[in-house]
Amino acid sequence: MSGGDTIFREYRISDAERSDRSAGDRLRHRQKVRESIRENIADIIAEESIIGKDRDRVIKVPLRGIKEYRFVFGDNSPGASQGNGDSRPGQVVGKAGKDGPGKGDERAGDRPGVDYYETDVTLEELIEIMFEDLELPNLERRALREIQSDYSTRRKGYRKVGIRIRLDKRRTAKQRVMRMLASDKRNQAVERALEESKADREVDADDDVEGALDEIALEEGALDEDALAGSPGAAAFQRVRRRFPFHQDDLRYKHVEIDTKEESNAAVICIMDTSGSMDTMKKYLARSFFFLLYQFISTRYRNVEIVFIAHHTEASEVTEEEFFHKGESGGTFISSGYAKALEIIAARYHPSLWNLYAFHCSDGDNFDSDNPAALKDAEELAEICNLFGYGEIKPLGSRYYESSMLNVFRRIQAPNFHTVLIERKEDIWPSFKAFLAKDRVKEA
Amino acid sequence: MSATPHAGAARNITAWNLNDLVEWDRRIRDKAAEFGLDCYPQEFELCDHTGMLGYMAYSGMPSHYPHWSYGKSYEKLKTLYDHGVSGLPYEMVINSNPAIAYLMRDNSLLLQVLTIAHVYGHNDFFKNNFTFKSATRAELTIEAFKSAAMRVRRYVEDPSIGVDKVERILDAGHALSWQCRRNFAIKKLSPLEQLARAEDTAQGRPDPFQKIHARKQIEVPDFHKVPLEPDEDLLLFIRDHNPFLADWEKDLLTIVDEEAKYFISMMETKIMNEGWASYWHKKILESLDMEQGLRLEFIVNHNQVVRPIPGQINPYHLGLKIWDDIYRRFTNPTAEQIKRDGPPVKSGTEKIFEVREVERDASFLRRYLTEELMREMDIFEYEARGEELVVSKVADDEGWKAVKATLIKNVGTNSIPVLKVEDADFGQNRTLYVKHDHDGRDLHIEYAEKSLNFLQRLWGREVVLETVLDGKRSLLCSNDRGFSVRALK
Repeated sequence: MSGGDTIFREYRISDAERSDRSAGDRLRHRQKVRESIRENIADIIAEESIIGKDRDRVIKVPLRGIKEYRFVFGDNSPGASQGNGDSRPGQVVGKAGKDGPGKGDERAGDRPGVDYYETDVTLEELIEIMFEDLELPNLERRALREIQSDYSTRRKGYRKVGIRIRLDKRRTAKQRVMRMLASDKRNQAVERALEESKADREVDADDDVEGALDEIALEEGALDEDALAGSPGAAAFQRVRRRFPFHQDDLRYKHVEIDTKEESNAAVICIMDTSGSMDTMKKYLARSFFFLLYQFISTRYRNVEIVFIAHHTEASEVTEEEFFHKGESGGTFISSGYAKALEIIAARYHPSLWNLYAFHCSDGDNFDSDNPAALKDAEELAEICNLFGYGEIKPLGSRYYESSMLNVFRRIQAPNFHTVLIERKEDIWPSFKAFLAKDRVKEA
Repeated sequence: MSATPHAGAARNITAWNLNDLVEWDRRIRDKAAEFGLDCYPQEFELCDHTGMLGYMAYSGMPSHYPHWSYGKSYEKLKTLYDHGVSGLPYEMVINSNPAIAYLMRDNSLLLQVLTIAHVYGHNDFFKNNFTFKSATRAELTIEAFKSAAMRVRRYVEDPSIGVDKVERILDAGHALSWQCRRNFAIKKLSPLEQLARAEDTAQGRPDPFQKIHARKQIEVPDFHKVPLEPDEDLLLFIRDHNPFLADWEKDLLTIVDEEAKYFISMMETKIMNEGWASYWHKKILESLDMEQGLRLEFIVNHNQVVRPIPGQINPYHLGLKIWDDIYRRFTNPTAEQIKRDGPPVKSGTEKIFEVREVERDASFLRRYLTEELMREMDIFEYEARGEELVVSKVADDEGWKAVKATLIKNVGTNSIPVLKVEDADFGQNRTLYVKHDHDGRDLHIEYAEKSLNFLQRLWGREVVLETVLDGKRSLLCSNDRGFSVRALK
């Protein structure tokens, strides 16, 4: 060992804090992740429940775009590893597709399968990406992103407890004066002083309260007998005033009640034809349309409930997961879905208390024999709903049936009924706008 | 670079200062010199866990060019660390002159002492093993990485290039970087030398009897073929033969290739290197006069690092086992061994120093992993059957040779498919014809497709890869129309 002395470099916090060397590369990686999500947004939204869910919910999204590929060996390359001492041929030592038996991190990177991973994104982020994908105008995006329910409040009396911001200073000061007057320990000097300076006390009561509040806890009820025995006049008043601090009991707070108006209730009724198979694109289109509708309704009403009705020849109320994953084949009676909606409305959402928004997504296929019934029920729905819409989702190239309900529904005269045809994701926003333009705000 | 895995033991509250380390280092260095270790000057840097994660993400380099994959690697390491899935290494050493090692400042005194001794083992190995001597120039390591980092940053900042274009090349380069030569002790012939060799080969050997029998026909090889001999250095070949690459693109390919070659040596000697360092940290610490408490802590930590891990190959364990065995066989052979191999001609110490100089993992295992050791360690071969991995052979009388062969196929660069450029103008169409040296293991087709796309991106024209899929010779093509596979006759 001929070389010079070994060098030791001491750890310095300042160096360590300065050298977040991977920050730039991490940022770039995050961008890649986002790009990858964006490319697969249709798949992700089609699989994730997003309607009416907590915005902070974290969703696991599989990442496909940013694997690091190399030439590697495939399945028919045996490996070797160490056993417990009693390995026998035929023993199962792990699952294929993973990197060797056990954990096997030594070869990580040489083998496929290890590079697959998921990332966490919040629903908020996902929705943001969806908006980008649907090419929503920026202005509208903001309105939909935040749920700005109109939150009306009403003053109602005064309370002894409350939060500081609602402290009513004037009333609190009055209370103190009342207590002071009522006090057995008051003397002539106090009374006279009070009369003399009545006017200016009115004026600066507010400031007094501010300063005194902080002392309440310390000086509760501390009155000095000696001071009261002192000389009469303004000086005495000054002293006495200082020594008659506010008490907890003096405090008065404004009381506020949240105003619940019956008109702020809304129910969104999503009806979908699940008779045909739902492919990813259809799911994506339907889900994003329903989502927009729900978000929009949420911005207008405080209390929004959502109902999912899936139907083929019969209808049933389902959860969001089932709504988008139930694929049943067979015939279609659109009227069954509408009848179910009417039934639910009658049972739970009386039109006089609830604003009703119903939307029906379908591939346009219906038994001819059912058309009259469907038409009748649709008219009925249009009658009681603020807005009732019918959307025919036909991703381009999937128009194998020429049949369409659009022609049938053309006969409905109600002004708040609207039909849209969605062929690709770019249609979503315009048709959504067209749909909402017919919104009839109900006169109470 | 080399790293000792964290064994998961609870950390002691550190109660040492830098002077303690300097003092222990002096004692360790004296011992190392006494045992005959031959090291570069050594530098230690103390770092915290974020620093260590940072060094790990960038392979220990103090400066390294930026690329998103390192951010990804950092995030991955950090997630694993934060969730307690994996610990941090006690140290990292990089092969440079002076050798640089990072020590975790939260470790106990004993761990620091153990690590310092371990680092000197790596240091000696870096300086003396032929793979490192032939592939890298240790005194230039740090500078080379720094210069590469500066160049890449400059390209990223250049308004006419920018990060997207740089990433386009780097992404593709990274996908192909291991497709390079593996043994740098074998000289690569220049095109002119290849030409000379081709001429020599064509002429055949001088025939002293050429007057008495018919002259052998000389077959003139195609001297215009590019490359004359199959070329393993994919990135360098593209750099030299794609006329449409800009200078900065060529430079990026060079940078990626140089870095890969730096790490090939590490990959090729993982088992030997870790075994060697473990062998010497054990020997050095045992020879130091340590108090009882430290000694016990040492035994616990040492055993955690070199313990066998069922279901895996722990290079520390396997390496140390073999080094111990070589030493024992040459110092203290059993009667049976003398009967089989004859009496040893070298001392155990001479032998291990010779081995550390001239072998790499594949040859090390082939020569020194004996049947007895394989049985003792219960090394087995497994393969995928349907959904499961199943033990196919164990180290018994019939199976041990096959198991050993499989093990060797999976160490170092043997776990990377060998691809060679056969023709740069296939079909007179400037199609790049690459051939996979199939050794019984098929390529992973999805990965092959994506990697081939990267190859096409760099080559700029159609690329085809000849390989064997399910026993059939096949041609994978990647061109403007996409990817296709077709069987060859």
